[in-house]
Amino acid sequence: MKEIKIVTKDLNLYYGNKQALKNITLNIPDKRVTAFIGPSGCGKSTFLRVLNRMNDLIDNVRIEGEVSVDGVNIYDKNIDVVNLRKNIGMVFQKSNLFPKTIYENIVYGPKINGINDKKTLNEIVERTCVQSAIWDEVKDRLNENALSLSGGQQQRLCIARALAVEPEIILMDEPASALDPISTAKIEELIHDLKQRYTIVIVTHNMQQAARVSDMTAFFYLGELIEYDRTTKIFTNPSKKQTEDYVTGRFG
Amino acid sequence: MNEKEQEFYSKSEDSKYGKKIHKFTRTKESLIKLFFTLNGVAALIFIILIFIFLFKEGFRALEHIGLLDFLYSYRTAADGTTKTIFEWYPTSDDPRFSLVPLILGTLMTAIPATIISTIFGVAAGIYLSEVANPKWKEFLKPLIELFAGIPTVVIGFIMLVIGASFFNDLLHPDNRLNAFVASIGLSFVIIPVIASLTEDALHSIPNDLRMASYGLGATKWQTISKVILPAAFSGVSASIILGFGRAIGETMIVLMAAGNAANITSNIFLSVRTMTATIAAEMGEVSQGSDHYYSLFFIGIVLFTITFILNLIAEIIINRMRKKNTF
Repeated sequence: MKEIKIVTKDLNLYYGNKQALKNITLNIPDKRVTAFIGPSGCGKSTFLRVLNRMNDLIDNVRIEGEVSVDGVNIYDKNIDVVNLRKNIGMVFQKSNLFPKTIYENIVYGPKINGINDKKTLNEIVERTCVQSAIWDEVKDRLNENALSLSGGQQQRLCIARALAVEPEIILMDEPASALDPISTAKIEELIHDLKQRYTIVIVTHNMQQAARVSDMTAFFYLGELIEYDRTTKIFTNPSKKQTEDYVTGRFG
Repeated sequence: MNEKEQEFYSKSEDSKYGKKIHKFTRTKESLIKLFFTLNGVAALIFIILIFIFLFKEGFRALEHIGLLDFLYSYRTAADGTTKTIFEWYPTSDDPRFSLVPLILGTLMTAIPATIISTIFGVAAGIYLSEVANPKWKEFLKPLIELFAGIPTVVIGFIMLVIGASFFNDLLHPDNRLNAFVASIGLSFVIIPVIASLTEDALHSIPNDLRMASYGLGATKWQTISKVILPAAFSGVSASIILGFGRAIGETMIVLMAAGNAANITSNIFLSVRTMTATIAAEMGEVSQGSDHYYSLFFIGIVLFTITFILNLIAEIIINRMRKKNTF
């Protein structure tokens, strides 16, 4: 197995009195795609947001246990959360581009991190758009409103925007769930290209998608991690009955 | 009609779908409808009648005085030189009707008040929408809105008695009652307006945008200043325009605190006289049908036009914003 990038140990998360994650322990490998699957409300999206401390923004959330990235406990009280999120990019379920131009959307991240040189910013825009396979579609319309793009293009632009701050890890929360099959295929192809350089964690409802894009798959159910293994094993020969029932479509 | 159809229609006698509507019910329904229609229309008619009255009386001023006389007039001094004068002296033997000092007086109070209120109101709106925790907000927002409901005569009185003395000792202005004191008083009314509408505008920005910004490693302040405020720009500017309109139309505070001398000045520490205060102070004592009487209505038209245009602009901006934010 590849080097380990993220480790969680005995992670518990509570929304008020309700426990949403129970004793999650797993290792996420570097420069691989790890998929989280499971029925709605199983905690997979919550767990994803644990990894860049996005849950901090929600009131009444309490977290116990350890989450370490490259050996650093990111829940240490002295950790700079802003810096952490800069290094862990996130793509959301619904495209959430800013109501600004395409160009402004991509340079937002670099700019707030102090990059103001026009030439560097232009290079970043071109590099990230090429990486996210959208350059040919937007290169002539960088100054148009980003919201004028189609849904699939918007989602790829969100990925480009996440890449612009040069993270090592990219978290994707059902990035293709609102897209048509062709746009979905493009996003999946993109994920495949990106894993050469980035550690990708993806939450998905779509089991075929998990099977297609990921190297490792974790199956969550009711806040518990039921099974975590190589994707091929999860989908062909799972060791738990619950996993088998879910991936074969018998429940969920 | 074949046999089957005949059988189908013969059932109608004892069908439960065939109950006829009672005549009384039908009359009652239409009476209720008529009652509410009349009420709705009556409100509209009263407003239209007020407009007609205002414009009818106001435009008669033009027959007697003339449009240019509302701006300036020429007077020959004792030594034979001719001077252009901008004075509001409607009750003199030689009456002068220039609205310039009154319009300037209105701007001298409304503009500083809007500037002060923009700073505090927008800051308060940002605090309510982005910083305060939800429980605090639920308590604070109605409290701030309650402020807008304080009778303006109370604020005017407080400024007249306490505010004016306080600023007199602090800043030693040229006049004890002046444009500055009045604009502070106006701010008490306008800050809640701007704060509440700014909060609405910021709150209508989808949470996804905040998440996107935080996800890219932005701080709270960067998110507010670079994403939320620009996205809510139109709503925030509409709130400022509405606040400005309110400042122009406000009467009691300026009547009591601005000093009411029709000065033409850029000195904020001198007394000024606003359009609203002029109408309020003089309408009670003017002889009906005189030039002075009609000219007060003409001031009303000017005021109405300004506030109508400001409200219209704000309304258009807010409507456009609503359309834009519904995905």
